[in-house]
Amino acid sequence: MFRHFIRLQWKSFFRAASFKTNLAFRILMIFGVLYFVAVFLALGVGSFYLIRDAGVSDPLQWVNRYMIYYLAGDLYMRYMLQRMPVMNIRPMLYLPFKKNEIVYFSLAKTATSFFNWAHAFFFLPFTIVLWKEGYSFEGLIGWHLGIMALFYCNNFINILINNKDKLFYSLLGLLAITGLSQYYGWFDLTRYSFEVFNMFYTLPVTAIASWLVLVIVIWNAARYFKNRMYLDGGLQIKREIAKTEDFEWLNRLGNLGSFLKNDIKLIKRNKRSRTTVIMSGLFLFYGLVFFPGGIDSYEHPAWNIFAGIFVSGGFLFSFGQFVPSWDSAYYPLIMSQNIRYREYIMSKWYLVIFATALSAVLALFYLYFGWEAYLAVLVGAIYNMGVNSHLVLWGGAYIKTPIHLTSNRNVLGDKQAFNVKTLLLILPKILLPMLIYGLGHYWISPVAGYAFVAFAGLLGFAFKNSVFRKIESIYKKEKYKTLKAYQQKN
Amino acid sequence: MIQANSLSKRYGEKTVLNIESLEIPKGESFGLVGNNGAGKTTFFSLILDLIQPSSGRIFNNGIQVNKSEAWKPITSAFIDESFLIGYLTPEEYFYFIGELRGLNKADVEAMLSGFEDFFNQEVLGQKKYLRDLSKGNQKKVGIVAALIGQPGVIILDEPFANLDPTTQIRLKKIIRVLMENRERTVLVSSHDLIHVTEVCERIVVLEKGEIVRDIKTSNETLKELELFFAG
Repeated sequence: MFRHFIRLQWKSFFRAASFKTNLAFRILMIFGVLYFVAVFLALGVGSFYLIRDAGVSDPLQWVNRYMIYYLAGDLYMRYMLQRMPVMNIRPMLYLPFKKNEIVYFSLAKTATSFFNWAHAFFFLPFTIVLWKEGYSFEGLIGWHLGIMALFYCNNFINILINNKDKLFYSLLGLLAITGLSQYYGWFDLTRYSFEVFNMFYTLPVTAIASWLVLVIVIWNAARYFKNRMYLDGGLQIKREIAKTEDFEWLNRLGNLGSFLKNDIKLIKRNKRSRTTVIMSGLFLFYGLVFFPGGIDSYEHPAWNIFAGIFVSGGFLFSFGQFVPSWDSAYYPLIMSQNIRYREYIMSKWYLVIFATALSAVLALFYLYFGWEAYLAVLVGAIYNMGVNSHLVLWGGAYIKTPIHLTSNRNVLGDKQAFNVKTLLLILPKILLPMLIYGLGHYWISPVAGYAFVAFAGLLGFAFKNSVFRKIESIYKKEKYKTLKAYQQKN
Repeated sequence: MIQANSLSKRYGEKTVLNIESLEIPKGESFGLVGNNGAGKTTFFSLILDLIQPSSGRIFNNGIQVNKSEAWKPITSAFIDESFLIGYLTPEEYFYFIGELRGLNKADVEAMLSGFEDFFNQEVLGQKKYLRDLSKGNQKKVGIVAALIGQPGVIILDEPFANLDPTTQIRLKKIIRVLMENRERTVLVSSHDLIHVTEVCERIVVLEKGEIVRDIKTSNETLKELELFFAG
C-alpha cells in the first residue's frame, strides 16, 4: 500500500507547477538552498566557540538553559508555517485503503518536513564539535537523541493543536509570562527545564523517556487524525461567513464606484490580496534602513529619494504591478460585460493613489528623524502618485500571470512577472527620480532636488489621459493572449 | 441577430470549428447540440469575442464583434464559472452586474424577486460567497445574472447541467417566458436532447466543428436527434 502512496508523492512533487520553472531559475534556487545550508552549518560548527568566547565555560549547559525557548520558537514557527497534510487525503478516502494506513502515511510524511530536518544542520555539527572538545560520547548520543525526539514531538503536537487558535495563543501567552518572570527574577522556568535537558547528557538512558513521550504523542495524533477523517470533520475546507456589503457612499461615482466596491471587496476577502496589503505595510518601515544613517553605502543623498519612493509605494508596487491579473479568475466576464476599460483601470488607479496618500500620512513618524527625512517620503509619494501610478499600471498590462486569490502561492513574485518590458519600466520608476534629485542637489541645493522631483510628479498627472489611452490600447491588443493565459490554471 | 460568415477556428493543424454560414434571426430560441469537442463552447466564445476566429466574421445585431464593442450592452452570457466573481455574495454580484447594465439596487431587487422559486431559498441571504456555493447554485446565479438588464441576446452554455430536476423544469419555464414577446434571442447549448427540443424552436447539431443538422423543432425532432446520436 505504501508503495502507492510513495509513487503519488513522487508525482505530485515532480509535477508541481512550481517545479516546472525554467532551468536557470531552478539552479538559482539550488544555490539559495545551499547558501542557507552553509549558513546553518557554519552556525552549528561555530556556535560552540562563539558561546565559549562570550565567557561561558560550558556551552552545552548554556544551550540546555535556553533549549525550552528554542523548542517553543520551533513550535511557533510550525504553527504559523507548516502545512497540514489534509487536502491530498480526500481522493484516497473512497479507495480501498485502510484508514490507519492513510493516517500513518500522512503522519510519516510530515516527519520528513523541512521543519524537522532543518534543525539537524545545527545539532549535528554542534554535537560533533562537543565530542571533539572532549565531552563524553555516550552522554552526547543520549543528549542528541533525546532532543531530537522532542523536536519530533513538536511536529506531532503541531498536528494536534492545528487551527486551535485559542489554545495556541494561551500557550504563547503563558510562555511570554514565564519569559518575563525569568527576566525580572520572580520565577526561572529554565532552571527546571535545564535539569531535564541536562539529564539526557549526564544520564543518557533518560533519553528513552523522551522517545516514549514521542510515541505517546504520535499515538494521540494518529487517533485524533483518524477520528476527524470525514469530509465534514477535519477534512472540511474552512469557509468564511459572508456578509453583503454595500459601500453606498461609492454610488455617486457611477460605474467607477461599482469597480471600486469590487476592488475593496477583492482586497478584503482574499488571502492573497490581504497578504499583499500586509507586505506593503512593511514597506513603510523600509526607510528605517536609510534615515538613521545605519548603512554607510546608502550615505549618498539620492538614496533618500530611493527610500522615499519605497516607503510610500509599497501598495503601488505590490498591488499595481499585477493589474489586471487580480481579476484573472473572472476575466472572461470582464471582457464580455458592458465594461469600459477606462473605468476599469481608473478604479485601480484611484485605489493606488489613495493607498499611496495614506502611506504618506502613516509615514509621519519619519519626522522623528528630522523634517528632511519626511520630506523625502512626501516627495516620493508625490512622484509615486503622479508618475509611478501610471507606469505601474502600464507595466501590469504586459503581465499575464493568473493570480490565485485564495492561495498565497507565488506571493513573493513570479518569474513570469519579470519580463523585459516590465524591467525596462522600472528605470523611470526608481532611477529617474534619483537622477532628477541629484540634478537639483548638485546644481542648486538639496531642497531644490526635492522640489524637482515633486515637480516631475505633478507634471506626471498631466500625462494621465495619454497614458490611459496607451494602456487601453494595450489591453485591447493583448486581450486574446491575456484571456488564454488566465485560463491556464497552473 | 447573430450572423456568422465562413467562420473557422483552427488550433495548429486541427480545425475545431468551421461554419460556412449561419444566421440566427431576432426572437429565435436557438439550440446547439453536439458531443464533447464538437465546437459548441468555441462558437459561443467567438460570438463573445473571447477568442479570435482564424477566418470569417461574426456579426451581432449588425456589429462585427471583433471590430467594435457596441454589441456588449445588448448581449449577456453565462459560459462557465469564470463568469462569476468568487469573492462576492450572490446579492453583491447581481448588484454589480446590474450597475454595469444601468440598473440600481432597487431595480435589481425587483427583478430578483421574480426568481425566488428558481433560487429555492438556496442562493439569497445564505451568508456565503459565490466560491463557496455548490455547482448547481453557482449555475443558478450565473443564469439569472445573464438575464439582468433585459439584454437582446442571451447566451447560455450548458444551462441545464448541474441543476436539480425541479430547477431544470423551472429554467425551461423561464426561457419560454423570455421568448414570449419575441424581443430576445436566446442561444442555448446542451447535452440533454429532451430539454433543448422542449425550449428551442431551432436546433443545430455540430459534429467536429461542422454543422451536420439544422432542424426546425417539431414532434419528431427528439426522435431524429436520438437516432443521430445513437450513431
